[in-house]
Amino acid sequence: MIETLTAMKTTRLHTVDFMQPSTDQPQPLAPAFAVKNLSMWYGANEAIKNVTIDIPAKRVTAIIGPSGCGKSTFLRGLNRLHELVPRTRVNGDVLFAGQNLYGPDVDPALIRRRIGMVFQKSNPFPTMSIAENVLVGLKLNGVRDRTLLNERLEKSLRMAALWSEVKDDLRKPGISLSGGQQQRLCIARAIAIEPEVLLMDEPASALDPIATMKIEELITELKANYTIVIVTHNMQQASRCSDFTAFFYMGELIEFANTAKIFSNPTRRQTEDYITGRFG
Amino acid sequence: MSGSANHQFRKATSLIASLLCSIAALLVIVPLGLIFFYLLQSGLSSLNLAFFTHLPKPVGEPGGGMANAIVGSGQLLALASLIGVPVGVLGGVYLAEYGTARANASLRFVADVLNGVPSIIWGVVVYGLVVLPFKSFSAYAGGLALGCMMIPLIMRTTEEVLLLVPGGYREAALALGISHWKTIVHIVMKTASKGIVTGVLLALARIAGETAPLLFTAFGNRFWNRSLSEPIAALPLQIFTYAISPYDDWHRQAWAGALVLVAMIFLINLLVRFLARGRAARVT
Amino acid sequence: MTSAAVPASVLRLRPPSRFGDRAFEWLTFAMSLGVVVLVLLVGWQLMRGSHLAIAKFGFHFLTTSTWDPVAEQYGALPFIYGTVVSSLIALIIAVPLSIATAIYLTELAPLWIRQPLASAIEMLAAIPSVILGLWGIFVMIPWLRAHAFPALKATLGWTPFFTGPIYGVSMLAGGIIIAIMILPIITSVAREIMRSVPNLQREAAYALGATKWEVTRIAVLSYARSGLFGAVILGLGRALGETMAVTMVIGNTPQIKASLFAPGYTLASVIANEFTEATTDMYLQALFEIGLVLFGITIFANLLAQLLLKTMTRKMTTRVAQ
Repeated sequence: MIETLTAMKTTRLHTVDFMQPSTDQPQPLAPAFAVKNLSMWYGANEAIKNVTIDIPAKRVTAIIGPSGCGKSTFLRGLNRLHELVPRTRVNGDVLFAGQNLYGPDVDPALIRRRIGMVFQKSNPFPTMSIAENVLVGLKLNGVRDRTLLNERLEKSLRMAALWSEVKDDLRKPGISLSGGQQQRLCIARAIAIEPEVLLMDEPASALDPIATMKIEELITELKANYTIVIVTHNMQQASRCSDFTAFFYMGELIEFANTAKIFSNPTRRQTEDYITGRFG
Repeated sequence: MSGSANHQFRKATSLIASLLCSIAALLVIVPLGLIFFYLLQSGLSSLNLAFFTHLPKPVGEPGGGMANAIVGSGQLLALASLIGVPVGVLGGVYLAEYGTARANASLRFVADVLNGVPSIIWGVVVYGLVVLPFKSFSAYAGGLALGCMMIPLIMRTTEEVLLLVPGGYREAALALGISHWKTIVHIVMKTASKGIVTGVLLALARIAGETAPLLFTAFGNRFWNRSLSEPIAALPLQIFTYAISPYDDWHRQAWAGALVLVAMIFLINLLVRFLARGRAARVT
Repeated sequence: MTSAAVPASVLRLRPPSRFGDRAFEWLTFAMSLGVVVLVLLVGWQLMRGSHLAIAKFGFHFLTTSTWDPVAEQYGALPFIYGTVVSSLIALIIAVPLSIATAIYLTELAPLWIRQPLASAIEMLAAIPSVILGLWGIFVMIPWLRAHAFPALKATLGWTPFFTGPIYGVSMLAGGIIIAIMILPIITSVAREIMRSVPNLQREAAYALGATKWEVTRIAVLSYARSGLFGAVILGLGRALGETMAVTMVIGNTPQIKASLFAPGYTLASVIANEFTEATTDMYLQALFEIGLVLFGITIFANLLAQLLLKTMTRKMTTRVAQ
């Protein structure tokens, strides 16, 4: 194993060694992300203003706030996916497992293998079957071992609570599933590459209530193995699923605390106004 | 004019205008109908097995066929695709996935201008480029001329089809840590593959009937082509030569050849429609 | 540092290839530059092949009407005349028919007829030029010679355009066959343009009590004016470069006559007919120069068409933004 590590180190020129997480013993509730003074721009528009927050590991953190407050932007700042949009700019640091995601010579693709993402509109790849969808991350990243792939296929589908529904025909096209199933397929696809974090951008907003409930149950199960950060416009969902909640408003982090505390006894006036529905 | 008379006048004008437009639409179809009628009438009667299997007979002798022209056309299309498909498809990928808005707009503009170049000019250009230096007409030259015509066509259709792939798929693939180029090739192009193939087929249908670029590149051949650096027969060329000749028998064969050529082109177009229908049904 | 600190699976993933990303981008970029290379190639070849003729004849090439390979006198005027006149005839015939058909397809036709009709017109576009020429020689020309032309001569023979002997092969025949070739393209582009006119325009006109024709005239045609103009110029571009069908029906005689019954010759046709017969260097150079002239004319027409079509799309997007 050590040789593989060294071999990988030398084949990668100029990239930060992202394969080695911090060697400190993780404390209970040690942060998965330590965000320091993060600001994000789209062109001239400052979408995230100087946010500092520690996102705890192996817990569910919900991000709430009115439309346009920057929740999705912030989420995409955690896996550098906002860079897909031209003319974006970032200031500040995001420390993940002790290393700065925005450090020089850090390869975003490597980051995204450890920080997975599920999107609002489920998007299983249309030309691929269920099995192919789940395994695409592994296959295109070079994994060939048939046994490993099959193992991972079943494991991911089980963890996404989809295995029993699809195990009889894994070669059906991914898009032939129902909306809720497709979203769970996308979750299976994301966890198949065994990231440490799952970022979820309004994962249930396009689903009916029953499918939504299944997703929320899934989130509660998944947090045993993953750090989860979920953006949601549905406050009830936040209070149901999450351990911690962050309230954003106009690009700023207004308040961050235990979910129970935020919803019963918020410190800031704005938080209280939002939660009680004085503005949306 | 009183109010209602004016209204009657306007209504009548509208009716006449509508009538004229319907007549126009009919007139536009008339040549199509006529051509098909004569193609079938004159072409079918001259088609026989010999047509597909025999070489042309010497000038003036009846009989013979266009076997070498049919095969020759196939070879030219294959050669043209070797140039046209890689350059066109990959160029289209660049326009859709990379580059800046302004630079790409210029490239698109050049491609559109290139599409408007008369096909005979391609023949002249390739003549100067290949035929003169190598002192011989050849299948290579013909294939090059046709291939150059394919490039801007395929580039634009590929680009259009790639742009239709929803951005969500690119995002999802990149979020899995898949590298950019693999995302493009394995996810985006794969999703758009039917459209890309359709574009290639349409370009093939376009150049299958082209004669002018071949007049002084492939040049034509009464016998089987033995090497790609020799002149080669092609169906449209043969039709042209026979049509302007003074021999009745050759005229009949020209019609037969025309029927075969049209059949080939329509088969390709039917294939395109078949592919497109499946795609439209699956749009999410 | 123990290996247990690293998730075992990560070890087996290949690091993403930055090299792959860059290489692919460069590859596709190089391919896309292909179009630029091609345009330059065309211009270069045409100029290289004609520079001697350009040096010898200069500007007179465009104004001389003698085309005498034996005496080595080359003038392009008959061909320029032929190209322009045949294309003009084609436009006069095709544009009203195409626009009217496009109107029919977008505004008037019952819904069930629209797609079949559009497909039929696309089929017309798919017919190769040489096959249209074949039909032209054996069907159209005899009919013109026996019926249409004498009728025209009888009625319009007092004008200079319809005088003289009737051979069948003629400038008019050339124009007609080009018209048939460009009908589909003008129709389909015009149709696309009319379809993209926002319905709001039509609804506003209807709300004012306009008749169907008035709605078409006011809300569609005048709104889409630059786009339709672009469609026409696009058709013109096609007409100018049309080779095979024209060569087969126009008569291929380098002369400038007023009568449309007289045979003519176009820039594209003379190249098609005489290129392989060119015995001397100067002959070939002159033909290359003809190609250069043709290239120039068609590029200009296509540039104009692109400009007009872009003006149309810009107009629509700015209006939507309001």
